[in-house]
This record gives sequence, structure tokens and C-alpha cells, in this order.
Amino acid sequence: MARKPVEFTLNGTETAVFVEEGANLLDVLRQGVGDLTPKYGCAQGGCGACTVRIGGRPRLACLTLAETVVGAEIETVAGLGKNGALDPLQDAFMTHFAAQCGYCTSGMLMAAKALLTREPSPTREQVVQAISGNLCRCTGYEPIIQAILSVAEGRTAGRIPA
Amino acid sequence: MSASQRGSNSVELRKDLFADERDDTLKEIGRPTQRQDALGHVTGRSPFYDDRRFDGLLHMRCVRSPHHHARIRRIDTSAAERLPGVKRILLGRDVPNNLNTLLSLIDFGRDDEPMLAEKKVAYIGEPVAAVIAETERQAREAVAAVRVDWEVLPHVLDPEEALAPGAPVVNEAWPHNVFEYQGYTHQKLRFGDVERAFARPDVKIVEGRYQMSPIEQAPMETCGAIAAPEINGRYVCYTSTQALFFSLGTAAKLLDLPSSRLHFIGGTVGGGFGGKVDSIHEPLAVLAAMATGRPVRYRWDRAEEMQVGAPRGAERWYLKDAITRDGRIVARHFRGYFDCGAYTRLSSYAVVKAVGHLPGPYTIENVSADVYCAFTNRTPATAMRGFGITGVDFAIECHMDKGAEAAGLDPVEFRLLNAYRDGDMKAHRRLAKNCALIECCQVAAEKAGWTLGPAFAVMASNKGGGGARAAIPETAIDRDGWVGEGAPAPKPAPTPSRPALPEPVAAAVQPPRPMPAPAPAQPQPVAAQEPTEKPADKPYQPTEPFTRGVKKPGAHRFSSVAGRRRR
Repeated sequence: MARKPVEFTLNGTETAVFVEEGANLLDVLRQGVGDLTPKYGCAQGGCGACTVRIGGRPRLACLTLAETVVGAEIETVAGLGKNGALDPLQDAFMTHFAAQCGYCTSGMLMAAKALLTREPSPTREQVVQAISGNLCRCTGYEPIIQAILSVAEGRTAGRIPA
Repeated sequence: MSASQRGSNSVELRKDLFADERDDTLKEIGRPTQRQDALGHVTGRSPFYDDRRFDGLLHMRCVRSPHHHARIRRIDTSAAERLPGVKRILLGRDVPNNLNTLLSLIDFGRDDEPMLAEKKVAYIGEPVAAVIAETERQAREAVAAVRVDWEVLPHVLDPEEALAPGAPVVNEAWPHNVFEYQGYTHQKLRFGDVERAFARPDVKIVEGRYQMSPIEQAPMETCGAIAAPEINGRYVCYTSTQALFFSLGTAAKLLDLPSSRLHFIGGTVGGGFGGKVDSIHEPLAVLAAMATGRPVRYRWDRAEEMQVGAPRGAERWYLKDAITRDGRIVARHFRGYFDCGAYTRLSSYAVVKAVGHLPGPYTIENVSADVYCAFTNRTPATAMRGFGITGVDFAIECHMDKGAEAAGLDPVEFRLLNAYRDGDMKAHRRLAKNCALIECCQVAAEKAGWTLGPAFAVMASNKGGGGARAAIPETAIDRDGWVGEGAPAPKPAPTPSRPALPEPVAAAVQPPRPMPAPAPAQPQPVAAQEPTEKPADKPYQPTEPFTRGVKKPGAHRFSSVAGRRRR
């Protein structure tokens, strides 16, 4: 199978990787680059566990052909937070009990990050809409919504984890 | 955390509702506490099994049955073996000990399921071969190239049809399509005399039929495992299992290896809900690592998770009540069928749990039940959130609404009339204590704005119990925990007030033995159309009375069924 080089920016770092034709971005990030924060849930665009940001927008890595991200800016949970401090969203997910098994959390965080970047003061309905493509089988949606709203309302600021 | 956040997350504790609730203030219960794994989750660093990286990782996928029921005439792997990237194709004959049942680890049931089917398949998706290749895509292509010559057999998909005469035999280990409990075709409960109560002239008979579909756990992380050779002949296995030592023991048995050669690492589970107990992936992944000398990942994709992942099984229940004019249920009969699919997994245990739960939280003086664990050509059923309880509770509570309607009563008041009180005798001949159904209903009614009649608003679980409601004595249990007929001196019904001193921890456990104990070493053939029962030989009489607080080894199977309590 043909392999070709693909270059993109991952969490601010220039990255180059060889990808097989037809490979999806999820496999390339996890196995090729070694960023394990996006998760495999269905590989058919149904669950949102692999959500990353491409050019600031939430995208499903499992349905994104790796060859199409040449030159793109990709962000994952590995890039959240600065200088050892948690991103306010991460802090809020902790304090609001918004992670149970934790498997949907990476995707939820990236969907929420995309929303708050675009709309810093969303309504509850906008929050619900923003995570409507992300499934949580532990069904902890309400704490997740509350966590996102707490950041939007400036109630959670981010901190250095104990 | 701010006080307002703490307040919004707090739980309302109503300790006043329980007769023997401890009154000291607990440090943690009712207060939010940070999960210890939260930081890993929000940083994406929690180590799920698939986050382990290995150089040269191989990928495994299974060839699966497209039929409900079929004989395997021949498996031709020659074309698949020649495809690029294919390292090895495993068949049933490559499995050292290719027959198992999960609960054999606790000495219960019969080995009835191969890891890779050799002679026949009994459900759609049953694996018959495992392809190991360099990439997932190559494994998929090789799976498609394996040719299986099937002889399709008649199948049965309904538990009652499976028990009918002439039904196809689903699983040769259970020739009558029913799990046998120490020689019995079903789990039985007998308390009082239901037939006499049904014949009373002053009762209304209410009957109902209820069923529940299979329910898939559907965890966000699909089930899987990665196994790799370690040094000195050991194998490491990273797994999504919910039951690490169960998986280790199962792998050791199927692979005929001492468990000291298996190094299992788990603990981070991307959602389980019961679906990660069955230990399907670990033995096959370890076998693949042994066969190739390389690390191998065996991961279900989402379609496999939904199709072959064992769900909570389907259940069907027939209920019959006798209700007096004043709304008391005086008799209740259950006939229940669990659809356990093609192999036992945990369904035999689900039935034991279900029967232990009957007749629901209601004091009924005559109760009987016959509950069957039936084999069908459907996906095997297993654990799933309250399995064995949820289905029958659905049936019971639907039937309570139907009973209330027949009796012309408010459905909440009808439940209060029949609810357990402290000191009542339950159908398993154990005393009800620390009851709170009445109080829960009262609080729920209040919060829902549902008005209860004055007599019902003042009812209490610690009033009106015992006496005639405990006419049948408690079951006698001997020192070894065996159930017997010789009743000890009946204990007086407990006083409604809070006991002065806590009782010692009860070891009130009993294995799921039929009563009386059957004679050993003569399993009788079981007629599917008319289940036979062992003749009641001499009732078992304990020679020494059971002493509460004494624990004996060997008598603790299914302790959760027997309902060990804090006191």
C-alpha cells in the first residue's frame, strides 16, 4: 500500500507523519503520532469519542481522511491547559463530576472547547446542541452541561492540579 | 470547591426512615468527593487497554457464523493464509482446552461453550476462526477470504418454544434446552398454598404476561485486549475487563496454563455495565501472542459489540394474583422464562437472583414460582445492570398497577397496603427488617404532588408487621449453612423500636440448593415437555441449629443472592 507524508500542526507543534492511503486521522494520531487522547468508540461517526478540533472546528477524527489535513491546525486534549495548569474546562469537568468512566471525556472536552471559542456565553440550549454528537453511556449529560456552563459564566477558572 | 457547588451536588439523606439506621454523622456519605481517576480522565491520560503501545503490534479478527444454527462441515483457510500480512489463522483445534463455562471458576454449571466453534455454531456471530495479520485491514480482508462450508440446522429463538417437544437442541451440553439446577429443570419457590388461595370465593384473580427485550450494555469503549510475550514464558495481557481475576482464571483454564504465567493488567474500563465480564478477548489474545510470538490486539468493532456482545437476556413472565376486596394480595404465582441464548454465561445465576427477589417487596402469604433458564439460538446473555432483577421488577410493578385497577384502588395506596413491614415473613422464610418501601412511596408521592388518603399518609414500615403476617416460621439453617425443615424455636417478631445493640454480622447464606437436598450421583433425565421433579425423600433435618455469626467454608456461593446484610 502506498504511503505518503502528511504535515500538520498538532497542538501548536509542527508534525510530519507517513500515512497509508485511506487511513483515518484517528488511527494516524493514535498509532502514527502517539497522541492517545482521542478515543476509538465506533469508527463510524456515531459516538463523538474521537472529536478533535481542526482549524478550531469540532471534527470526527474517525471520519477524517488523514491525507486531507495537510497544513491544518489540529488540537486535542493533549494540548489543553498551559504551563501545567488545567484548562478551565478540564477543571470544571473534575469539580462537576462530569467524567465517570472517562471514555467520552476527551471528545466532550473538544466539542465544548470549540463551542466556547466560537460562543463564549452560550445558552444551555447551545451547550446541549454542541455536545449532541457526543454520546456518554454512563449518561452523565447533566453534570457535563453544568460543567460547560460554569466555565461560560466564569465560575471555573482552571488551576494547577494538586 | 465552593459551598454552593457542594450544596447542589449533595444527596438528601433520610436516615429517619430506617428502623436501625446508625445515628452518627458519616464523613463521606451524602457529600461530594472527587473521584481519584478524574484528573486522568480530563487530561486524556487514563490508561485504557488500547492506550498501550507496542512495536510490531498484530491485529486479530474473527470469522463468524452468518447462521443462527449450523453444522461446520469444513473450514478452508488456504486462500486467506496466502493474503499479504496474514501471520496465522487459529481454529478450535488450536485451543488447548476448548470448552468452558464462566461459572466453572466457582464450580457451578457445565462446560458448554467453545472459544472457537469446531463442530457447530449456535448463534449469529459465533466465532469459528481467528485471523492474525499485520494490520486491521489485512485481518478484515483475510476474514472475508476464509471459506466455511455450513450445513444449516433448524433453529429456535423463543424460550418457551425451546422448551416445547421437538425443539432443535441448541447446545449439546444441555439436551433439553434448559439449565439444570442440581437435577431440577428450573428454580422453584413454594410458600404457603397458592392453589387454595386462588380457589377462595372472596378473591379476584388478576393475570398478566410481561416481557422484556435483550438490552446491550453498549459501553463507549468496545471490549478488547492486547496480549504480548514477556520474558521467561510469561504473557502480559492489557484488558478492558470488568473482572480481572475472572478473566485471568478463564484464560488459564482455556489455555491450560498455570496462572503464574499470565500477567493481567486492567482497572481502567471505558464503561462496562456488565458487558465486560465474559472474558472473551483475553484468552484468545494470549493464544494469539503464543502462536505468533508477537503482541496482538483483539478488539471488537462497534458492529461486533452490538451483534455478538452478550446482552442482558430477554425475559418473559406470567403472573397471577388473588386479591381480596380490601386490596390485600393473598396469593401470587410466577412462571418465568429467561432467554439465555446459546450458552450459559451468567444466565443461570440471573435466574437464581430473580427467584431470590420474588415476590417483590410485598407481604403475600402464599407465593409460588417456577423459573426456567432456557437455551435458544440467540446471542448468549450475561450480566447487565441489575440482570435477573430489572426484568421481573418491571413485570411485578406493571402487575401491581393492574391489581390496583382491578381492586379499584389508588396504585400507590395499593402498594402501601401490601408493602413489607418490619417483622413480616418473606416468601423465602426470612424475616423482613429495616423496611422502608412505605416511607419511600410517601416521600415520592409528596414530591410528585400525589395525595394519599389519611390512613395511608400515617402508615409506617415499623408498625403493623409480624404476628399473623409471620405465621410461617423462618427457614432453619444448620451450622454449615444448609437449608433444612427443622424449624428452630420461632423468634418473636422484633419490636418496632430501634434495637439497643447491633446484632453480630449474620452469616445467613445458603447455596442455591433445592429443598430437600437431592440424592447425589444419579442425575435423572429431564423431560422438556413435562419437567420432572425429584421425589421428596426424607426432609433434611439439621442435627445442630445454625448459629448466626458462624461462617463455614464452602457455604458461601452466591452470597449476594442470599442477601448478607450489615447486621
